[in-house]
Amino acid sequence: MSDFGGILGEAAGLLVALDPDLMEIIGLSLRITLVSLVIACFIGLPVGALAGAFAFPGRSALIVLLNTLMGLPPVVVGLIAYLILSASGPLGPLGLLYTPVAMIIAQTILITPIVAALTRQVVEDLHLEYAEQFASMQAGKIRRILELMKDARYSLLTAVLAGFGRAISEVGAVIIVGGNINHVTRVMTTAIALETSKGNLQLALALGIVLLLLAVMINAGVMALRAFAERSALA
Amino acid sequence: MSESAIDLFAPAAHDSPSKNAATTTDGRRVSEPSKSKDGIALEPQSPLMETRGLCFEAGGKWLLRDIDIDIRSGRRTVIMGANGAGKSLLLRLLHGLVRPTAGEVRWQGRRLDRAARRLQAMVFQRPVMLRRSVRGNLRFALAVRGIGGSERAERETKALARARLADQADRPARLLSGGEQQRLSLARALSTSPRMLFLDEPMASLDPASTHAVESLIEQAHAEGVAIVLVTHDKGQARRLGDDLIFLHAGRVVEAGPVSQRLDDPRSPAMRAWSEGRLYLEGE
Repeated sequence: MSDFGGILGEAAGLLVALDPDLMEIIGLSLRITLVSLVIACFIGLPVGALAGAFAFPGRSALIVLLNTLMGLPPVVVGLIAYLILSASGPLGPLGLLYTPVAMIIAQTILITPIVAALTRQVVEDLHLEYAEQFASMQAGKIRRILELMKDARYSLLTAVLAGFGRAISEVGAVIIVGGNINHVTRVMTTAIALETSKGNLQLALALGIVLLLLAVMINAGVMALRAFAERSALA
Repeated sequence: MSESAIDLFAPAAHDSPSKNAATTTDGRRVSEPSKSKDGIALEPQSPLMETRGLCFEAGGKWLLRDIDIDIRSGRRTVIMGANGAGKSLLLRLLHGLVRPTAGEVRWQGRRLDRAARRLQAMVFQRPVMLRRSVRGNLRFALAVRGIGGSERAERETKALARARLADQADRPARLLSGGEQQRLSLARALSTSPRMLFLDEPMASLDPASTHAVESLIEQAHAEGVAIVLVTHDKGQARRLGDDLIFLHAGRVVEAGPVSQRLDDPRSPAMRAWSEGRLYLEGE
């Protein structure tokens, strides 16, 4: 226990001192995660909303696919992305392997189905309530989608943050396509894995604390937002 | 499919008896002509809306069969019947929310299309409130109809005053009471200036004071020339709000005509049983 206490103290010291290596890793993690999340939302929100609000050929297959991809093993995604981005792969000439862009691609593949599937469920539930009113008013399809997403905004935020949580804590895929290169592609999760194996537990624990704090802040934020929305009858 | 339409606004009293009576789909006479309050028979008009041979089938069961009715401009038509008779379904077919299995709904002599449906509005039993303010709900309805700028602001103000919700314009609509939500729902529907308003038991779960407020709004709309088609279980409400009555039983119109006359003197066994509070089973 005394060892653990000492390590914890040193980890806290790194955080308080804003250790440059630590900050670099945290910064890269956040940048990669946020860019992946924006792209995943750009694709996943409209796809999920369309699948939730409208009937079209292949809708059931799309829903099955999205739900299946939600549980996609990260290492499989990493492997597929690696094959695509490696020198012999279709995107090999772009030279993206072992760059942050490759990590963004892998994370986007991982979290887009999560955002889309959760969006589909939220929009479908709301559409069940609004469908007849929209039909009575003759609201057009684009307007329906926009209004549904507007009214479901607080619930959709949960979907978005679920994607963020998955991306920030991801290790399997990003280590395959990123290579965990110091000062280039090293993010919090890959650094924790590496530093733990090297016995540098202070840095690993400091990064773990940051990850935990992020998770707590996100959950607290979501809870506060939902409570506000429910109090205001907007959720 | 059907032999003759049920004309709720039948020809004048001096016509031959056979012309005076509206008939059900099986050709039975069911009513006398509509008359104004002073007892003068009203002039026939061409119907604003009519159905011919309207049928709806689901899961191998005919839920509505051979519905032939005429609804005229500015009239208040009440649709009554026991649970499961097909009242709400008929309303949805008239409003174009559901496609008929057979037959057609006509608006001013033409097949009901999108343009015609824009002249209609509907209020549901459970008011559908969007997750935004009272004003936001009104704004949405007007925006869908392409009404913007100063006209939208003017209509919003008028609708808020009509629903007596001006002081709650910025409050989330879902925080309103049931009666207030239904008033907003009605005001929202009327803000688009419909010619016909469909009401699917809008007062079913309201207290007397709220019911009175909603009924006042309906009366006001009618006074402005809006044709009302109301589904209700409440005979008193039918008398207060209706001119003409359609009684459905097992998906068929079994009785139609002026409200008071039909409620005072029901002729079909199904309506008589319903009126007396008895259960009526097919083949009785």
